[in-house]
Amino acid sequence: MKDLALREETLLTIEKPVRYIGGEVNSVEYEPDFLKKLRREDTIRFAMCFPDVYEIGMSHLGMKIIYDMMNRREDILCERVFSPWMDLDQEMRRDRIPLFALESQDPVFLFDFLAITIQYEMCYTNILQILDLSQIGIYARDRREDAPIVIGGGPCTYNPEPLADFFDIFYIGEGETVYYDLMDLYKEHKKSGGSRADFLHKAAATIPGIYVPSLYETTYHEDGTIDTFEPIYPDVPRTILKQVQVDLSHTFYQDKPLVPFLKVTQDRCVLEIQRGCTRGCRFCQAGMIYRPNRERDLDYLEKLADTMLDATGNDEISLSSLSSSDFRKLPELCNYLIDNYRSKNINIGLPSLRIDAFSLDVMSKVQDVRKSSLTFAPEAGTQRMRDVINKGLTREVILQGAREAFMGGWNKVKLYFMMGLPTEREEDMKGIAHLCEDVAMTYYKLDKEYRKGKVSVGASCSFFVPKPFTPFQWAQMCDPEEYQRRAHLVNDEFKAQHNHRSLSFKWHDAKTTVLEGILARGDRRLCKVIYDAYHKGCLYDAWTEYFHYDRWLESLEENHLDYHFYTSRERSLDEVFPWDFIDIGVTKNFLKREWNRAMEEKTTPNCHEKCSGCGAARFGGGVCYESKNQVV
Amino acid sequence: MKARIKWSKTGILKFIGHLDVQRYFHKAMLRAGLPVSFSKGLSPHQIMSFAAPLGIGMTSQGEYVDVSFDWSYTSREMMDRLNAVMKEGISILEFKQIEEKEKNCMSVTAAADYLVTFRGGHYFEEAFTKRCEPFFFQEEIPILKKTKRSEKIVDISPMILAIHSQDDGIFMKLVTGSAQNLKPHTVMEAFCNYLGYDYDPLGFQYHRLETYLEKEGRLLPLGSVGWDITEEIKPSDTGKGEAAKYE
Ligand code: SF4
Repeated sequence: MKDLALREETLLTIEKPVRYIGGEVNSVEYEPDFLKKLRREDTIRFAMCFPDVYEIGMSHLGMKIIYDMMNRREDILCERVFSPWMDLDQEMRRDRIPLFALESQDPVFLFDFLAITIQYEMCYTNILQILDLSQIGIYARDRREDAPIVIGGGPCTYNPEPLADFFDIFYIGEGETVYYDLMDLYKEHKKSGGSRADFLHKAAATIPGIYVPSLYETTYHEDGTIDTFEPIYPDVPRTILKQVQVDLSHTFYQDKPLVPFLKVTQDRCVLEIQRGCTRGCRFCQAGMIYRPNRERDLDYLEKLADTMLDATGNDEISLSSLSSSDFRKLPELCNYLIDNYRSKNINIGLPSLRIDAFSLDVMSKVQDVRKSSLTFAPEAGTQRMRDVINKGLTREVILQGAREAFMGGWNKVKLYFMMGLPTEREEDMKGIAHLCEDVAMTYYKLDKEYRKGKVSVGASCSFFVPKPFTPFQWAQMCDPEEYQRRAHLVNDEFKAQHNHRSLSFKWHDAKTTVLEGILARGDRRLCKVIYDAYHKGCLYDAWTEYFHYDRWLESLEENHLDYHFYTSRERSLDEVFPWDFIDIGVTKNFLKREWNRAMEEKTTPNCHEKCSGCGAARFGGGVCYESKNQVV
Repeated sequence: MKARIKWSKTGILKFIGHLDVQRYFHKAMLRAGLPVSFSKGLSPHQIMSFAAPLGIGMTSQGEYVDVSFDWSYTSREMMDRLNAVMKEGISILEFKQIEEKEKNCMSVTAAADYLVTFRGGHYFEEAFTKRCEPFFFQEEIPILKKTKRSEKIVDISPMILAIHSQDDGIFMKLVTGSAQNLKPHTVMEAFCNYLGYDYDPLGFQYHRLETYLEKEGRLLPLGSVGWDITEEIKPSDTGKGEAAKYE
């Protein structure tokens, strides 16, 4: 038995001590597997961190895939690290307890690598907490020779610049491709006794997708925009090519997922059926950075479902993808799961389905119609606005879907919208309420026999945050007050509807949106701002109860930065962005073209209908080679 | 067919709460591929009932859960299959068949044995171990019971069935169950009061030894009403569907 890092007295006085003890079903068995690896002299110790609380982190698929992939190797020992919750955070600071990994309970500072997955901007201060509590130096430049190499990965690394000073390496792209190469290089380097700086330099120069921020220098124009961004050595590449796992049916997947003791957010098996999306919604970053769309083979998925359910004992399996309806083998896969698992009382989760006859039929087989609600994502209230964002969903399709759903017995629907989209006008805002009213009316117009009580139409609205590598990366944001004003305008419009008692309207916090916007399109000058905000006590910014907007504003001000530079400033089409050195395959020219088409309210077909030559075909696989009308 | 399973909880798993234990058992049944019966209705769930919940931080070698199965291997085989999918910390100790009409273990629990030991550095142990008798034989053992609305003095002495020193610790037999329930923590709080010490909840470790039902005035381990399955029980022998009726 291993010893725990925390004293019993501590564990018994904090909330949910089970967050910190490890030992879950399907985690690396401490004896003998773990100890055997640990005793090998050349074993690389790799800490995989999700910088949020255990229940959130343990629900993340990507981290589990890397965990599994790393531990498959005899010479790598991969363990997990999460953010200590606020109560433990305080204790650790007070008693100088170093942050530890769950499996061995050893301090993170003993590891060779600390890899942090960066899924959303609001976790940036949590990253600083991880580095701080690990006692390895918050700034990369302060890290000692023997400190772990700190690697960042995940969607936020498509603009890593606001975090550039804290990381030794950013891994740009999908984890399956070059992690082993990086590990092999490290082993070689350790054997020959090279310095930390040598290793970083060599990794940057020889392994694609590896970005070492300390090896680049930025200069700025007087107006604050970027003038130059250059590597400081000639052998370090000027652009970093995103890594893509082209064949998703012959690669790593966690077929024996961990089973947490705690009820985590995703308490189920997750089956990633495809990566990327063919749709090209102009606000969506995932839809661009994960191009091209790649589907997994049906028999690979069926086998995976069987193995995962057997190995976990989970009573639910859920499909995961950006747009499940576009997965071409969806009917076959659904039938397989229903035929094999419904009789065994296994629940089947089908998120992100377009509501149509097929999906309603499948859903009526896998869920209790009367209890569940259906979800539509029109994203905008009017057709004009939906054309601007390239969301190929019409009012007729939504109402037809709703009608069929109501006739099928559902009477709860949810609709997701965004406000603050480029070119948004008052009629677009009010259109949100009108569309919801139309959905409610669709219900009340049905024959009585189909109606069971009141309908409930819930609209949930977020404010749009422009993200790097989307056609809307040039868009302007608003101030929090303006978002509030718009939300209230829509809210009033909801109240004025005939069926307002059947409608509800909720919106996100505007200040959180603005901070997310600042960080999403930020540059290196924000590193110091994040550092200062952290030292003012900002932590768990994603949790409303701990979010301190005023402290962030103070930090920006103290660093002589006006946040409007990052949010509402008008960007010219030829501006050099902080993230332009990354090559995601999709070209800046395509994004510009899409931005212009948006302004002209013109839609662009999806990849299955017609290839628009976005550039992602260079990766040599996926949808680009399936569609008949290939334009390269 | 209805089974009563005895299990233990030790080591780091003492930090897992009761709800998490329930979910753990549900998943273990599926991992082991055992033919657990489900309730009828719109959202079927495994037919499973736990005896007295164990608080976070406590260990035990006397936990029980009743589970209904559509059919069953022998007791030995059922135990082996379950233990093969358990993590270190939870082990299956007994697997016995009980009468279909047997009330579930939650409702029949009447008492439990505990061994309370001392977590180093908090108290002088002998002060407790040498004073068990006089503490136990007091006429009344009052304790202040706080609820949301009121505070009242309760005499817990009738609920303490036995208490004496044992292996560097204190053994106690306490009334337990859904009707009346006394926690060992409460007893130690009263004991501290009696000795004139401040009560420090972190000073003691609690281990449950056994859980009992009451039959004809005697306390018997919950498992005593069951018997070992020596031959596989086929689906047809169990009167499938019966199980749900008794839930
Ligand atoms: S190259 Fe064409 S098919 Fe491939 S992702 Fe881009 S638009 Fe879609």
